Amino acid sequence: MAATQVTGTPGEETAAQAAQTEGGTAPAEVDSAQEGHDRPLEAGEAVEEPQSFPVTVIVRRYDPEVDDEPRWVDYDVQMFATERILDALHRIKWEQDPSLAFRRSCAHGVCGSDAMRINGKNRLACKALVKDFDTSKPIYVEAIKGLPLEKDLIVNMEPFFDSFREIQPFLQASSKPEKERHQTIAQRERFDDTTKCILCAACTTSCPVFWTDGQYFGPAAIVNAHRFIFDSRDEASQVRLDILNDREGVWRCRTTFNCTDACPRGIQVTKAIAEVKQAMMTGVKL
Amino acid sequence: MTTTIENPNYAYPARSAGRRGPNLEKAGWIFMRASGVVLVVLIFGHLAYNLLWTPGGIHAVDFGFVGGKLAQPFWQWWDVLMLWLAILHGSNGMRTIVNDYVHKPTIRAVALWAIGIAAAILIILGTLITFTFNPCPEGADPSLLPSFCAEL
Repeated sequence: MAATQVTGTPGEETAAQAAQTEGGTAPAEVDSAQEGHDRPLEAGEAVEEPQSFPVTVIVRRYDPEVDDEPRWVDYDVQMFATERILDALHRIKWEQDPSLAFRRSCAHGVCGSDAMRINGKNRLACKALVKDFDTSKPIYVEAIKGLPLEKDLIVNMEPFFDSFREIQPFLQASSKPEKERHQTIAQRERFDDTTKCILCAACTTSCPVFWTDGQYFGPAAIVNAHRFIFDSRDEASQVRLDILNDREGVWRCRTTFNCTDACPRGIQVTKAIAEVKQAMMTGVKL
Repeated sequence: MTTTIENPNYAYPARSAGRRGPNLEKAGWIFMRASGVVLVVLIFGHLAYNLLWTPGGIHAVDFGFVGGKLAQPFWQWWDVLMLWLAILHGSNGMRTIVNDYVHKPTIRAVALWAIGIAAAILIILGTLITFTFNPCPEGADPSLLPSFCAEL
């Protein structure tokens, strides 16, 4: 059975073709896949090699030492459909203009360094695939909004992290467990969604309330407060609720769902904020 | 070895720490939701009674009709409740918009005071008129007045 299956897989064809004897013969009968792994195969249909195509990327550049105002600069790059916007930025930086400044670290959607506004929507450049964009039109890339612009795609994240620190994002418990703090699966499930946050700031900088009022805690801080408020092991839920029951706290949320749309981890941000509001009115329900 | 950090968050006191006065944001948020639900009942009840229940619909609404309604305590309280909730709900919404969009402290203060004063005037005048309204002014054409004026 295994021997017949091998013939159809397109990925193996190039390797198989190389090993093929002249003229192309039908595969010899074998007893097992292992025995037949190097036997000649029939030539299949040729697979078309992926072609690169030109993409125009327009980046909002800003050099504080030269520019008074940010300016849009066009770059043409050859891209493959499977590549990401981050690859386009790399290509620009490495091949065209080394002065382009942007943050990125892991480049795989985990570290949260490269949140930026691509075609008007906050995303991680390392998770935005070229094939998902209409490449007949230019792709616009700019820094996330609402935080002080430092250079090109880099913003000052300190106000964002200040809000994060303020909600006390660490476990607070008075007792010391003998070995470890136990939690049921259901108790862990309660705050599972908000543990996914990577602090990329895509949600906070997509929030219209945050754009106009930098004092607002912002979705990311509330999400991280939610992660501890609904943690059965934590004892400082009320402290965090008091901090967020502020003029600049959860009540400023207008439930526009921009944060939920922007979150690259798919966290239901607006729902988390609503749950924190609910906890302020009726107490924390774990 | 374990270390105890006495006050791990010392560098980041809560934003509200230095603020004076009560924090009414939570009360305001709850009020907006509660008053919204009540207003839906009050306003649609008002429209249904005036336009559907009363024969003649919109054409029957005249001085006599309104005067007759405002002579009954039930409709007085209905209208006053509607007035208070609608004005407070609306002006709190305006306050929210100003807080969201107006950043210059002076303009913001002026706008907030203007909204507050307008709301206060509307509520005081409206309440006063609802409870002191005279449906049978002297010397008026009796055909324009509520029917019960003839019995006075």
